[in-house]
Amino acid sequence: MAETSWLSEIPQLSRGELRDIRKGLDGIYRDFSREYGETIEALFDPLLAFLVWFEKLLLASPWFLVIAVIAGLAWIASRSWKLVLGVVVSFFMIGYFGMWDDTMRTMSIILVCTMMAIALGVPIGIAMARSDRVQSTVTPMLDIMQTMPAFVYLIPVVMLLGIGKIPGVIAVIIYAIPPVIRLTNLGIRLVDKDVLEAATAYGANSVQRLMGVQLPLAMPTIMAGINQTIMMALSMVVIASMIGVKGLGQPVLKSITNQYFTLGLLNGLAIVALAIIFDRVSQAYAKRSQQHMEGLDNG
Amino acid sequence: MAEAKIETQPTALIKIEGLYKLFGKNPKKYMPLVHEGKSKDEILAATGHTLGLKDINMTINKGEIFVIMGLSGSGKSTLIRHFNRLIDPTEGVIEMEGTDVMKLGPKELEQFRRHKMSMVFQRFGLLPHKTVVDNVAYGLSIQGVSKSESTAKAKEWLETVGLAGYEEQYPAQLSGGQQQRVGLARALCTDAEILLMDEAFSALDPLIRSEMQDQLIELQQKLQKTIIFITHDLDEALRIGDRIAILKDGEMVQQGEPEEILLNPATDYVEAFVRDVNRARALTVETVMKDPAYRITADTIEEALKQMRGFKEDYGYYINDDGYQGVVTEEALEDAYAEDNNAEMTSECCEDLDSISPDAVLETVIPETLNSEYSLPVVDEDGEFTGMLSRSTLAEVLGNETADSSESVEETERKAG
Repeated sequence: MAETSWLSEIPQLSRGELRDIRKGLDGIYRDFSREYGETIEALFDPLLAFLVWFEKLLLASPWFLVIAVIAGLAWIASRSWKLVLGVVVSFFMIGYFGMWDDTMRTMSIILVCTMMAIALGVPIGIAMARSDRVQSTVTPMLDIMQTMPAFVYLIPVVMLLGIGKIPGVIAVIIYAIPPVIRLTNLGIRLVDKDVLEAATAYGANSVQRLMGVQLPLAMPTIMAGINQTIMMALSMVVIASMIGVKGLGQPVLKSITNQYFTLGLLNGLAIVALAIIFDRVSQAYAKRSQQHMEGLDNG
Repeated sequence: MAEAKIETQPTALIKIEGLYKLFGKNPKKYMPLVHEGKSKDEILAATGHTLGLKDINMTINKGEIFVIMGLSGSGKSTLIRHFNRLIDPTEGVIEMEGTDVMKLGPKELEQFRRHKMSMVFQRFGLLPHKTVVDNVAYGLSIQGVSKSESTAKAKEWLETVGLAGYEEQYPAQLSGGQQQRVGLARALCTDAEILLMDEAFSALDPLIRSEMQDQLIELQQKLQKTIIFITHDLDEALRIGDRIAILKDGEMVQQGEPEEILLNPATDYVEAFVRDVNRARALTVETVMKDPAYRITADTIEEALKQMRGFKEDYGYYINDDGYQGVVTEEALEDAYAEDNNAEMTSECCEDLDSISPDAVLETVIPETLNSEYSLPVVDEDGEFTGMLSRSTLAEVLGNETADSSESVEETERKAG
């Protein structure tokens, strides 16, 4: 009987064996993080210093100055009075309902995460576009990053670096970086072959082709990727607050545990407002910078 | 095209010998099959490899417009990409001014592409994110020429192609014809000796196309570049080509001057092509005229009458020291003789009959030829009487295109394929 049980039940490791494997791996990782945790943490010190400085800058600046700067940026990017007005009103409301400090903290972490994601993601995307082998290695990794529940990779990060801003930034980047990588790759691969051939025929080397043709022509797609990355980073804010990232996520977490509906709603709306502002401003910028590539409207 | 004919010995600029291109994963392995003479279809069925070019040999001379023509799938676009190695051949030699292009390293190849050749594309290949002037200056900016210098030069070329004032527009704002002018200006801006034109005018509508052809011919007379021009349109090939090569299924079918191809097609395939050509537009007077005859050179009417009686016709062309004077009939001579049998032969006996130039395209002389009862005298630039063109010659040449075409194009193609 015992020999034929695999017919009715899937063969399984015994409980003891499974526990040993878990314990073994956990032990190895714990040893690793005890050994190297501090060294790795030290690597992130400059980033942490920047993050803290930026947060302090936003918090210490007078509120009207911050709103003015953000409105100015929105104007430069979009040249639309409506959008600028929307930005000013939203930020004023955020402050009026007492969420100013948390919003500034969230903004600083989102901006840092987005910049890091672009700085890492665009080069990775370029490498993927240039080599099919890189593409076939990186794609499954991106699949894992996008589908693995965020809590799962929070565990090793926390084990390694403890609770705080840096683990939060890393978690947000892991969660938010796939779109910018994927769309950079896609954008470059979709560049018109004729234009690229023309550049080659005039003797452009690979750097000239990349900077002069591929990146500019892929820019609309890359911008869409960056836009997605910002959105995903914002949505990660609440989860990141579980490992000690201050900002709009923490009141949300507090409202879940204490059933404060209004507090949760207000902070949620603040996140939505930030998301919409980032989205519209970056889209408007992308659209404006690509105007000349539209069809023969005025021909 | 006829004007561009230079009598001096042409110097070979590019040489292609034994060029083969087999597309697929492992072309080298299957080359023996190609050499065994297996057909394109057999090779595709047996190996999954496509034979792109088969044993191409050609020499392109300095300063000529060399047209490579064929239908789609004939390998012409593949062939032109071998000149600047956008495609590498499976086998064969490409030589330019004695340098083996195949032996160039990556850096040398870049330099070669920057300075020796420039290319015009069927679908323009303009950079959509750069202004027109930056597009034209693109070749120079790749070479590292300073912005101010390259822009100044680009502006000059834009003016040459008739696009002054469009400098700051973007390509998407221009029409197809204008975009291709930008493409042409970009190609000329690098001062490369060789111009590769890949179906450059095929995407344009007929009127713009012929305008662009005229412009190219005009520019070529000034610049004397070596132009390799790809087309699927024989009319275009005949119009601009100094020499033409015809490709079919990756093989060279015939090479030669336009008249040669028109008057002596090598295979049924070429003949089927040639049949639809408007000969009146493609041929010049020189290629079809008869040898000169019926010269009246006498000093007196009496002698002139004697000369005239030796002719088959009852008229002749009076030629004195100043060259051709006009046509004179036997009747007129007899009248003059009756009046005064000692009179000198002068141009007063002649009727005015305008001569035609040997370089004139047949189409332009059709009305004159048909209106005249005499053969028209052909007189070259130096005033020399070089030939005659009669109504019947014209009818024969132009009528030929339907007279000997008992088979339809499809039938010939089926037989050839």
